[in-house]
Amino acid sequence: MNVHEYQGKEVLKKFGVQVPNGYVAFNADEAVQAAQSLGGNLWVVKAQIHAGGRGKAGGVKLAKSLDEVREFANELIGKVLVTHQTGPEGKEVKRLLIEEGCPIEKEYYIGVVIDRSSNSVVLMGSEEGGTEIEEVAEKTPEKIFKEVVDPAVGLLPFQANRLANRINIPKDKVREAVKFMLALYKAFVEKDCALAEINPLVTTTDGRVMALDAKLNFDSNALYRQKDIVALRDLDEEDPKEIEASKYDLSYIALDGNIGCMVNGAGLAMATMDIIKHYNGDPANFLDVGGGATAEKVTEAFKIILSDEKVKGIFVNIFGGIMKCDVIADGVIQAAKQVELDRPLVVRLEGTNVELGKKMLNESGLAIVAADSMADGAQKIVELVK
Amino acid sequence: MSIFVNKDTKVITQGITGAVGLFHTQQALAYGTQVVGGVTPGKGGTTVEGLPVFNTVVDAVAATGATASVIYVAAPFAADAIMEAIDAELDLVVCITEGIPVLDMVKVKRYLVGKKTRLIGPNCPGVITPDECKIGIMPGYIHKKGHVGIVSRSGTLTYEAVHQLSTRGIGQSTAVGIGGDPVNGTNFIDVLEAFENDPETKAVIMIGEIGGTAEEEAAEWIKANMTKPVVGFIGGQTAPPGKRMGHAGAIISGGKGTAAEKIATLERCGVSVAATPAVIGETLVNLLEAKGLLDEFVVKS
Repeated sequence: MNVHEYQGKEVLKKFGVQVPNGYVAFNADEAVQAAQSLGGNLWVVKAQIHAGGRGKAGGVKLAKSLDEVREFANELIGKVLVTHQTGPEGKEVKRLLIEEGCPIEKEYYIGVVIDRSSNSVVLMGSEEGGTEIEEVAEKTPEKIFKEVVDPAVGLLPFQANRLANRINIPKDKVREAVKFMLALYKAFVEKDCALAEINPLVTTTDGRVMALDAKLNFDSNALYRQKDIVALRDLDEEDPKEIEASKYDLSYIALDGNIGCMVNGAGLAMATMDIIKHYNGDPANFLDVGGGATAEKVTEAFKIILSDEKVKGIFVNIFGGIMKCDVIADGVIQAAKQVELDRPLVVRLEGTNVELGKKMLNESGLAIVAADSMADGAQKIVELVK
Repeated sequence: MSIFVNKDTKVITQGITGAVGLFHTQQALAYGTQVVGGVTPGKGGTTVEGLPVFNTVVDAVAATGATASVIYVAAPFAADAIMEAIDAELDLVVCITEGIPVLDMVKVKRYLVGKKTRLIGPNCPGVITPDECKIGIMPGYIHKKGHVGIVSRSGTLTYEAVHQLSTRGIGQSTAVGIGGDPVNGTNFIDVLEAFENDPETKAVIMIGEIGGTAEEEAAEWIKANMTKPVVGFIGGQTAPPGKRMGHAGAIISGGKGTAAEKIATLERCGVSVAATPAVIGETLVNLLEAKGLLDEFVVKS
């Protein structure tokens, strides 16, 4: 689960991670008020959307007067920002972060990730702050340093010190940097983060080491024990169909094509998208109904797929193991009746109770095209939506 | 022979009194698996399906002589259940549970260091040696005893591959689902090595998906060590970056973990990669035919 920058910074601050002072604002008046409370004569007005690359897209402005704060706030609220992470349709800005301006000395990169090769939390750092870390990793991998954390003891001060030295934090600020990293690690494990990226981490001419930006991503498997994080969820940032699907515990991801897919199992669901593409079709979604789906769940899944106006046909691909084919058939029939199915439907059933499932579909009176295999089904649906 | 489990494997079910644990224990018993007991804290002394239930794993092991455990405990308590089974020195622990927090699994991995236990999963269908032992949630009837070893990150895609083999009369030695989580107990290389050393296994199917670099590492291992033919498939060739495709581990991030990269590495390392999930079985048949080995694989029934 993603959160906004200002929310991530609030979380980090509670663990002692230094961040610039700032307030969230939903309109220009609040933005000016925030700037007044902060004081000083330099403020940063930052668009808050769940995507990186905001700076390059014009979503971050430096204001030298309260009038400028108002001007930039008016300009940004309601603006659609298009960055390399939003897709071409962009995202509308509804919230701003107003921060004190800082006397930046130098920018660095610090990231905390779960490393799959070492099965551990890894702290990464680089002197090349402010730029895309993927780019640094590609062009100058020798400039990225890593510390693997033993979960039995956590991040050790000597590791933080070693990393601070390797990325050339000025000597007089190493102690502050070590404190920063230890606090960041603590926040990461206590709040069940999947990723914490501080880009840039900055040193300032007045002696501080702090997170100028913060991107936190939380492990969705751990949200049951992180209620305060769940409260930060911003539904405006999510696809309405994905929100609906999550209510029924369905794993759904919207895509750009016109063939709706309903599959059991994540691997088979991905493979079904692949095979549709292989026959020159275009999947409209990823949808895993899971192993223990009921007829009701299948019905809801169907409704969500059909609510996408781009969908010109549906391919149901089920390999029933524990999930029985007759349950799927029942769900498909109920859903097709409830929503008055007006688009072609191809169903491929295999596995437990397959004969019963096929019989139910045949006798339902619905215009369902039966498929013998996933290849057969994919070819049929691609043909039907042409 | 086979790998990890056979007809002599004695299994206990952790979470045996829950709906899921009970259902799959019944299914395992019906398949012929030697399930010898179960564990549910607080339910010790009772019986389920005629099997004794214990409060702790160590008690269950002492009373039944079990060497393996299967875990259906709910996600918030699953990591603790795994570590309890490791502490009881079981040879094999199969964790079916989906949705365990990844930092819990990081702890489990650390706890496993220096211990004798092999952990399979979590978030996996389990492991089956056809006609001998089924530990997990896979439908038993699609399998056929034979010589193809299968290792996979995905459950239903494993069933798909097994089905494609069985309908062609080609049996399996053991099928292992290693699970779709980013941090898991057993990786591709562990299973490939076991298949390489198993005389019953004469060819291997390896099913991977987007995310991480486990398939690339496995490909290099195959090139250096594997003498048996290997067919591969990678799911998620059309998945967009940055989106988690159901499995916590199936995500392309920072331009890494793409299907194209994995397929290229596998092919370079001598693995025959199936172009679509529908032709995994066919790809193996063609490969065996070209090598003149197909007859050894077809089970007469």
